[in-house]
Amino acid sequence: MRLERRPSVPWTLAATAPLAAIAAALALAAGLILAAGVNPLAAYAEMLKGALGSRLAVTEMLTRAVPLMLTGLAAAVAFRARLWNIGGEGQFYLGALAVAWVGHSMMSGLPPALGIAVLMVVGMAAGALLLAGPAFLRLRFGVDEVVTTLLLNFIVILFVGLMIEGPLRDPLAFGWPQSVPVDDAFRLPDLIPRTRLHIGLLIALAVAGIVWLILARTVFGTEARAAGFNARAAEFAGVSLPRTIMGVALLSGGLAGLAGGIEVMGVTGGVTTTMSPGFGYAGIVVAMLAALHPAGVVAAAVFVATVFVGADAMSRATGVPSFIADVIVALALLTMLVALLFTSYRVRR
Amino acid sequence: MTEALDLLFNASLWAAVLRIATPLIFGVLGALLCERAGVLNLGIEGIMTMGAMVGWLSVFLGADLWTGLLIAAGAGALMGLLHALLTVPLGLSQHVSGLGITLFASALAYYLYRLIVTVGESPPTIVPFRPLDIPVLSDIPFLGPVLFSQAAPTYLALLAVAVMAYVLARTPLGLAIRMTGENPHAVEAQGLDPTLIRIGCVMAGSALMALGGAFLTTAAFNSFFPEMVQGRGWICIALVVFASWRPGKALLGALLFAFFDAYQLRLQTVVEGVPYQLFLMAPYVLSIVALILVARRAQVPEALMTPYRKGER
Repeated sequence: MRLERRPSVPWTLAATAPLAAIAAALALAAGLILAAGVNPLAAYAEMLKGALGSRLAVTEMLTRAVPLMLTGLAAAVAFRARLWNIGGEGQFYLGALAVAWVGHSMMSGLPPALGIAVLMVVGMAAGALLLAGPAFLRLRFGVDEVVTTLLLNFIVILFVGLMIEGPLRDPLAFGWPQSVPVDDAFRLPDLIPRTRLHIGLLIALAVAGIVWLILARTVFGTEARAAGFNARAAEFAGVSLPRTIMGVALLSGGLAGLAGGIEVMGVTGGVTTTMSPGFGYAGIVVAMLAALHPAGVVAAAVFVATVFVGADAMSRATGVPSFIADVIVALALLTMLVALLFTSYRVRR
Repeated sequence: MTEALDLLFNASLWAAVLRIATPLIFGVLGALLCERAGVLNLGIEGIMTMGAMVGWLSVFLGADLWTGLLIAAGAGALMGLLHALLTVPLGLSQHVSGLGITLFASALAYYLYRLIVTVGESPPTIVPFRPLDIPVLSDIPFLGPVLFSQAAPTYLALLAVAVMAYVLARTPLGLAIRMTGENPHAVEAQGLDPTLIRIGCVMAGSALMALGGAFLTTAAFNSFFPEMVQGRGWICIALVVFASWRPGKALLGALLFAFFDAYQLRLQTVVEGVPYQLFLMAPYVLSIVALILVARRAQVPEALMTPYRKGER
């Protein structure tokens, strides 16, 4: 038996792959739910109810999906060009911190719409700058960006802790260290009244569209993809690898930074060191489930958000530890990898 | 300033260096073995978490400490098998698979911990490895507490460095492993199976990583809690590069790193007015600086991250 590359991938197969991967992940996780003494079908039903069962549940789920869409896009953009940006978590936090800082004190008097736009740019700039460092180190010194982006996550979270216990501490938050909040004028308006869902959802969807346009319809997008497929061939064809990689890094880091900024403006107001339940890392799963396609990222983010929000409700109802959500999401990443293999290869005897 | 210098002559600092280095030594040896055979194993962070949990849990449920370590190593090898199956015969992206293993292994460890252990106000504890008390040797001033009063697994880690260095450099098995990482087709031509060698190395390497994790819960601390590995796995990946894929230099790197970590912890108590987060950042920053310094000269195994398919060039 051996693997043979398919001459072309039928779109039906490409579309089924993530569904098959998710089904496989849920089937594998069912064993663990069974070990907790709970009927897996009942548990999954509780999960669906918890994430989609009511208007409030759906809005909570979508609120959770917004940062995942953006960190998912960040990972997708980078991975397409084989830039291994594992630093989404750090970029998210730095974007959040920059937006809270600038949005608290430096923007008074600006019209809200303009202020929000400026703050989005601030968040993007913070994330982009953070990834520019590792990208520069890779291009200039040949330092592997996997390790540098991973280590930067720890450095940034410590830095956030430093700032919110020091210069950016919110004097009105009792005891618990939290940064100063974004000025109320620049909080994102609610999309649906009396829920936490904010217009960040529309922004994320628009950004997904823009990223798709950039990747599919611009020279830069083509160059980025070429750099990912075969860097040497791309250079031979006249693509400037350093410029492309740096461009990808700025875009990817910017998207993850934007995720943090939007979360601050839309949900939390201020920054805490626990505001992200691993949005940066989950973004990698989202990107892979989407086969690195921007449109797929939106759907995959909704799936991952459903698992996370649903698992909390399911945990309360059945007593299954809510860590099952992380297990399901991680399994989905591994099963998706295998599923992707069988969409581009077939087994031959 | 003199206080900061005085710290350097304190035996407890140097004793802490070896203690802090131990999980890193296990981890860096494990990562090194995988990479020497041509497989990057980013599952390390999760595998260490899994090892920490399984080692602790085994002892908590009644196993003795050494059996706990053995079971942890077995759990690590299983996670390694999963990574190996995905990346070696299937040839999937080693980056993505490794990250997947890290996410999966840590999530599974936390899930099983919560499922089996009832956590009250503080996490339950076990009786961990005690520092050895060797007659005469442990009583030597300075050297006694530093070298001869460590927990037993620390000596196992040092022994593992010697064994790894010897096996890789001086035995036919080591030659086969190194060749698999440099040129798997040449291994095939010798009548050996590069696929099997890679799977074996990833499993053994992952077992070592899990031992590093288990040291945290059975010797350095006495309980398990989430996020306790704290990026040590990623630091090991950096240390392998720093060590240029050599076990001896890997030991040196781990000790250097542990020295900075132990020193910054103690400096926090004497230097006033500097936020403690800056001290905590120092080891991570130093790892990045070390990578920059060595990156140009790094002797990367030629076939690292290149999947091997029989008969395919």
